[in-house]
Amino acid sequence: MPEQVLVAADTLEIDARGLYYRELNARVREGLDGSSCTRVILRNVCGQRYIGTGLRRRVRIEIEGTPGNDLGAFMDGPSIVVYGNAQDACGNTLNSGEVIVHGRAGDIVGYSMRGGRVFVRDDVGYRAGIHMKECGGQRPVLVIGGTAQPFLGEYMAGGVVLVLGLTMRPGERHRADFIGTGMHGGVIYLRGQVEAWQLGREVGTAELDEADWRQVQALVHDYVAHFGGDAREILAGQFIKLFPLYLRPYGNLYAY
Amino acid sequence: MSTYPRVSLNNPYGDAKVIDACSIFGVMDRSGACFSGDETIAAIASMHDRGNGLGGGFAVYGCYPEFKDWYALHVMYMEGGVREDVEGYIGGHFHLHLAEGIPTRRTSRIVDPPEVWRYFVSREDGGDPGESDDDYVVRQVMRINTSFKSAFVFSSGKNMGVFKGVGYPEEIADFFCLDEYRGYIWTAHGRFPTNTPGWWGGAHPFNILDWTVVHNGEISSYGINRRYLEAHGYQCTMETDTEVMAYALDLLLRRHGLSIELAATVLAAPLWSAIERGTSPQADLHRTLRQVYAPLLMNGPFTIIIAHAGEMVGLTDRIRLRPLTAATLGSRLYLSSEESAVRLVAPHVERVWTPLGGEPVIGRLTQTAGNDGGDVA
Amino acid sequence: MKSYLANRFIIDRNPERCIQCQVCVRQCGFEVHSYDAEDEEIVSNESRCVGCHRCVLFCPTRALTVRANPLSYRANANWQPEAIEDVVKQAETGGVLLTGMGNDKPYRIYWDHLVLNASQVTNPSIDPLREPMELRTFLGAKPERVEIDPATGALATSMPPQVPIEVPVMFSAMSFGSISLQVQESLARAATQAGTLFNTGEGGLHRSLYRYADHAVVQVASGRFGVDAGYLEAGRMVEIKIGQGAKPGIGGHLPGEKVSAEVAATRMIPPGTDALSPAPHHDIYSIEDLAQLIFALKEATGYSKPVGVKIAAVHNVAAIASGIVRAGADYIAIDGLRGATGAAPKVMRDHVGIPIELALAAVDTRLRQEGIRHRVSIIAAGGIRNSADVLKAIALGADAVYVATAALVALGCHVCQMCYTGRCSWGIATPDPYLSRRVNPDIGARRLTNLLRGWSHEIQEMLGGMGVNALESLRGNRLHLRAVGLNEHEMRVLGVRPAGE
Repeated sequence: MPEQVLVAADTLEIDARGLYYRELNARVREGLDGSSCTRVILRNVCGQRYIGTGLRRRVRIEIEGTPGNDLGAFMDGPSIVVYGNAQDACGNTLNSGEVIVHGRAGDIVGYSMRGGRVFVRDDVGYRAGIHMKECGGQRPVLVIGGTAQPFLGEYMAGGVVLVLGLTMRPGERHRADFIGTGMHGGVIYLRGQVEAWQLGREVGTAELDEADWRQVQALVHDYVAHFGGDAREILAGQFIKLFPLYLRPYGNLYAY
Repeated sequence: MSTYPRVSLNNPYGDAKVIDACSIFGVMDRSGACFSGDETIAAIASMHDRGNGLGGGFAVYGCYPEFKDWYALHVMYMEGGVREDVEGYIGGHFHLHLAEGIPTRRTSRIVDPPEVWRYFVSREDGGDPGESDDDYVVRQVMRINTSFKSAFVFSSGKNMGVFKGVGYPEEIADFFCLDEYRGYIWTAHGRFPTNTPGWWGGAHPFNILDWTVVHNGEISSYGINRRYLEAHGYQCTMETDTEVMAYALDLLLRRHGLSIELAATVLAAPLWSAIERGTSPQADLHRTLRQVYAPLLMNGPFTIIIAHAGEMVGLTDRIRLRPLTAATLGSRLYLSSEESAVRLVAPHVERVWTPLGGEPVIGRLTQTAGNDGGDVA
Repeated sequence: MKSYLANRFIIDRNPERCIQCQVCVRQCGFEVHSYDAEDEEIVSNESRCVGCHRCVLFCPTRALTVRANPLSYRANANWQPEAIEDVVKQAETGGVLLTGMGNDKPYRIYWDHLVLNASQVTNPSIDPLREPMELRTFLGAKPERVEIDPATGALATSMPPQVPIEVPVMFSAMSFGSISLQVQESLARAATQAGTLFNTGEGGLHRSLYRYADHAVVQVASGRFGVDAGYLEAGRMVEIKIGQGAKPGIGGHLPGEKVSAEVAATRMIPPGTDALSPAPHHDIYSIEDLAQLIFALKEATGYSKPVGVKIAAVHNVAAIASGIVRAGADYIAIDGLRGATGAAPKVMRDHVGIPIELALAAVDTRLRQEGIRHRVSIIAAGGIRNSADVLKAIALGADAVYVATAALVALGCHVCQMCYTGRCSWGIATPDPYLSRRVNPDIGARRLTNLLRGWSHEIQEMLGGMGVNALESLRGNRLHLRAVGLNEHEMRVLGVRPAGE
C-alpha cells in the first residue's frame, strides 16, 4: 500500500492532500475490502467528490476539511462525520447510514433520501430534503441546526425534516419561501417564525402533538449529542409542524 | 435592426448559441492592494471537473497602472494577414500610444493559439462631443468585431485586461504569463462547452469596456435578450449567451445609470408575488423596472461574477439553480462555485455564506483607509 | 355539469349472434357494457368506449364491432373536431388534458420516405438463410485505438465496459406503475431469451424481477424511484433519464389511480398519490452537473457498467449530445417526437420535440464531425414500428433502437391512448390486479420473443439483400439509404441522397 495510507488495528487513515477523487475513493475501497476496518480517517480533504458513494458496509468515515459534492451519494450503511463544511448534494439518494456535518452544507442536502440520517450543525442552502421518500421501516431524517434557504422539503413524499434556527439572531426569522411546495408525505418541524406566504400551497400548519414532541425531543437530543448545546433551551423554543394537506396535491390539475 | 453585417465565426456548426457550463471564481482586495494571480489560478484549477479543457480565462483589474488612463484593447487574430488591416483601423480611429504583442509562453498544452496583441489607445480630439468616450469605444469595438473577419477585440477597458482562450484555465494562465501580473480584482472561469476546440472567442470572461462577466449556467431567455440589445446598438458576435450579460450591464449601469443593486433586480427580477408583498416606493420601483426591462430578465440557471473598476459582484438567478459560495478574510472577498476552492487558497476564511437567489454579493473598494472592508450584502 | 362531448365510438351488437354470455361485460375495463336483467339484454354505454376492441376480440360469437362515431361537423380546416373537443373538455374540467401512447398527429414520418438498397449484379447479395449474418452489437464507449504491448503482443488497452445484445432492438423504458408487473415480467423474460435488454423505466425494479436484472437497464430518473445501491449493482446498464420524447422538458406522470400499494412500495411514496417526477433532476441544472451524476453512478457501480443518458429529441439535440459525450456518458438514448408514454399532457405530446429521424442523423453527424462518435453508443427511439424502421435507424447512425409501443401491441394493446386512466382492458397499462391478471407472462414472453424473432429474420434478409453480413457495416452507412419525396433541407439534415442519384 502507498505510504499515505496507515492501517492500525481497525482504523484506516489516508492523507487526501493532492489526491483526485477517483484515487481517494479507490484507496478507501481497497483499504476496506476484505478488512475488519471499522474506522476511516481522511485528512486534508478539499473538494473531493463522492466520498462514501457506493459503500455498503458499516464503517465510520471521519473527514477533516471540505469534502466535495455528492458526499455519501447512493450510500448504504456507513456513518460519515465531517469536521468542516459540506458542499452540494450531501446525502444524495441516501439509503441508509449517517452524515454528520460539523458546519454548514450547500444545496439539495438529502435529495431523494430514502432512509438514513443527515445532521447539519449550521445552515443549509436551497432545496434541502427535496423529494425525500419513505416506505415501511425506512424513514429518512434530516436535521438542520441553523436555517434553510427556499424550497425546503420540496415535493416531500415521506421522512422527517427538523430545522432548529440556532444560527439566527433573536427576533430574526427564517427567510425561506416555497417551504414544502408539493409536499404530499412526511413532516417538517420548524423552530422559529415563518409567515403563511413562505409556505407552499400544499402545506398545512399545526401545533405539535405528543407523538410529534417525542420525535422532536429525541432528534434534539441527538443533535446536542453530536454538536453540543442546551437541549432544554432548544426545546423551549417555538415549534410548528408543517404537514401535507393533500395526498394528491395535483389531483385537480389534470383532465382524465 | 442590425446595421452591421453578419460575420461568419469560427462556430462551424452554426449553433445559435454554444451551450456551456463551468466553474467560476473571483477574489477582490477591497483595500485596493494589488496581488498576484496565484490564488486565483490554484482555485480555478482545483475545480477541474467542472470544465472540460475547452475554455478558460481570467480578468485582472489594476494590471496596467502606468497606462491607466488609456483604453487597453486586447485583440486576437484567428488568421494571419488581418492584423495589418485592423491596426490600420485602430490607428485611424484612435490615438494609439502603444502597440505590442501580449506576452505569451509557448506551451504544448495550448494548441494553435491565435496571435494576441494589445493596443493602448485614447480617443482622438475633435470627435462628436455628443458621444462620450466610452460610447465611442463601444461603437468602435462593435465595428471591428463585425467588419474584420477573424479578428476580435476581447478586452476594451482601462487598467484592466481579459486573458482567455481554449485550454484549461491553469493552462491559459501559463500561456498568458499571468504569473507576471498583479491586480486588486481577479476573476476566473473554466469552461465546459460542447463544441470542438478552436473557438477562442467563446471562452469567458466576456467584456465590453471594463465590464467583465464570468458565467456558469445557460440563459434560456437569450433569444430575446439578444434582440433587445441589438436594438440598442450592441452586436452579439460571440454567439455565446454570456455575451448578453456584459452588454446588459453596460446598458443598465453605464448608459441608463442604474446602481448595481437595481441592475441585479433587472437581471434576476424578483417574483411578482414578492414585489406585491413589498411596500411603496420600493414595490413601485421593482414593478416598473420589471415592466420596462422585461426583455433583459435573464432566465435560466446562472451564477455570474461581474467586475468593473472598483467593484466585484456575485449574482445568482432568482431560484438559485447554480451554486455560489461567498467568503471573507480581512479585506479579501472570495466568490466561488465551490467552497473547497476557497478553502484551498484561504483555509482560514472568517465568514462563509451562500446568498439567496437574485441577491447580489457586492465587493467595493473602501472609500478611506482604516475602514473595515467595503459593502458586502 | 352536462358534458357537451359526443361519444367517439359506436358499438354495433348483432342481436342474432349475441348470446348474453356477458364476457364483454367482464372484459371491458371501462364498464361500457352492462347486463340489464329485466330486459335480458346487454346494454352498452357508448360514451365510455375507448375503442380498445377487447370486447370485440373476446366475444365468442363475434357479435360486436366498434366503429367511429360519424358525427359530422361542418368542414373547417382550422377547427378540426379534435380541437373543438379539446376546448370542450377543458371547459368542463379546468384541467391539463392528459393522453397516453405516442404522438398521433400527421407530422411527416421520415422512415416512410427512406428506402433501403439491395445488391444487383455489381456485388452479391448474401444468403441469410445459410450463410452467417451477424447482428450482435456491443453497447458502450470505445477507445480511440487499440494498444498492443510490444513485448508480449498482448492487448494493452483496457476496454470500458461493453454489453452485447444479439439483436439491435431493446425494450424501452416503461415503469412499473405505468404498466403492470406481468407485462414487465414478459418483457424481462423475452429480453433474456432473445439476448437483449429491457428497461425498468423510472419506477424501480420489483423484487420479483431481480433475477432478470442482468438484462435490465436500470433507470435513474428525477424522482429517483426505487434507486438504491442494490438496484444500481444489479442492472446491466444504468440510464440517467433526462427526458422522453412524449413530453420533453417535464418529468414522468403516474396518476394516483395507478399508484397501487405495490407500486407505492416500490417507489417509496404514499399509495394513491400522483407520482409526478420533477422536470429536472434536482442535482442536474447544468451540463457539469450531469457529468457529476454520471461519475457518481460510476463510482457507485465501481466503473463496471455503462452509464448512459436518455434525452428527448429537441431543437439543439446535436449540441446537447456533444455535451453529454463530453460529460462522460457511455451511451445516449434519443427519444423522438413520436415516443409513447403512459400519461402525458396532450399538448406536449403532440407539439413538443422533433422527429427521431432528423435528431438521430444530426447527432450522428455532429459527433463524427467532432471526432467523438466512438465515445458513445447511440440508441434511437420514438415510433419504431417494424424491422425496416430499425434498419433505417441503424443506417442513419444508431447502434440500436428502443421499442415500447410495438412491444405493447404485441401483448394486445390497441393504442386507444387511455393508459393514464389505469383501466386498460388488456391488462397492460394498469396495476389493477383484476385487470393485470389478463397478461400471462408465459404467453406474453412468447409473443414478445416471436416479435423479436420475426424482426431479426427480416433484418437478416434485408442485410443480406444489401450484400452486408455484419450489422456494423450498415451502422451510419447513409449510402444504403435514398430519399423519396423529401426536400433538399431534409435530405441535407439526414445526409441522404435522393433516389435516382
